[in-house]
Amino acid sequence: MIDAVLEELTARVNANAALVRRGRWVNLTFLFGIDDTDYLVRIAEGRVVDVKRRVLATDSGVFCIRARSEVWREHWQPVPRRDYHDIWSMLPRDLAQVDGDLLPLIQNLQYFKDVIASPRGSVN
Amino acid sequence: MPQFEPIIGRYLNVEVAGETCRIYVEEAGEGIPLLCLHTAGSDARQFRHLLCDEELTRDFRVIAFDLPWHGKSNPPVGFQAREYELSTELYLQTVRAFIAAYELEQPVVMGCSMGGRIVLHLALHAPDEYRAVIALEGADRLEPYYGLDWLNRPDVHGGEVAAAFVSAQVAPQSPDEYRYETLWHYKQGGPGIFKGDLFFYWHDGHFDDRSPQIDTSRCPVYLLSGEYDSSCTPERTEATAARIRGSKATIMEGMGHFPMSENPALFKQYLQPVLAEILGHD
Repeated sequence: MIDAVLEELTARVNANAALVRRGRWVNLTFLFGIDDTDYLVRIAEGRVVDVKRRVLATDSGVFCIRARSEVWREHWQPVPRRDYHDIWSMLPRDLAQVDGDLLPLIQNLQYFKDVIASPRGSVN
Repeated sequence: MPQFEPIIGRYLNVEVAGETCRIYVEEAGEGIPLLCLHTAGSDARQFRHLLCDEELTRDFRVIAFDLPWHGKSNPPVGFQAREYELSTELYLQTVRAFIAAYELEQPVVMGCSMGGRIVLHLALHAPDEYRAVIALEGADRLEPYYGLDWLNRPDVHGGEVAAAFVSAQVAPQSPDEYRYETLWHYKQGGPGIFKGDLFFYWHDGHFDDRSPQIDTSRCPVYLLSGEYDSSCTPERTEATAARIRGSKATIMEGMGHFPMSENPALFKQYLQPVLAEILGHD
């Protein structure tokens, strides 16, 4: 399920011209955690240019966003339940965690929230 | 003839805590005064749908003003030398000064979020002066869940980050048109204003120790909160209602933190029975 979702995320973000435009100043790699696995998501000028599983501890990202797979699964439902519908609603319930240098995340918060929510509706 | 909306907007100068505040106010309708208080970091435009609802304005004179520093209300003279921070006392004084200056008698006061909190303070402070209070997304105690310093610093756009924080508080079911209008208000707030309001909302406004003293036989208290509200959650709303004997709480399904602006049609379904009950008291 994960590989398909991340492929979907990449395709949907890059096909969304308005989202790419909003993220046009974003050039970085962040860690996206699902259960105990981290993925390196590389963004260049708002486009997702690479997503790969983290193998080496020295491969890292500027910040990370992590949650359990069942939480992401609910987040990606067409109409998620309350508390699962937005990363900033997941945080106060400890359903997701953020760490690292949060400045670029906060500077582009709506962009990153929309990138991560982009597979919504594609998950059973 | 131009097809004007029924809203009339005017400016009023009000003395608050020894300072003259130039306040922008909108109103429509006739009948029982229904004073509406906007959320932290936003302004009275949030209530435009109520102001334009002829069914509502037949029985209620709906009034909504921008707090000083918000919307089209000025900050006080000399603001450039200060950091804005809303305290419980200043907020109480501002609302009470507005009511006196506008010569409102026995209004219903309905506030959302921090406005929902202050109406509970009003009900405790002077229960006989209000016909009823309606707390939208209002609880007597909340817990912060992000650092306020992110909201006002030169390397983060204050409007964009405020909107991105509160977008989590709009229900996924709410129509996009109104979701983005609600967020637009946040993008237009003055620098540091949302942060200064949240000081009251998260740090200075707690009064779960005193809320049980509210006498609902003198001032009825209604609590309406959205299912998707992550700050004033349904659980916190129900805990507040349990502490205020005689209060009436309703959880609005499929609603977030901004009922009057994010989903006006759905909100009307929840507000109408409350207003009908208030009318029935008269």
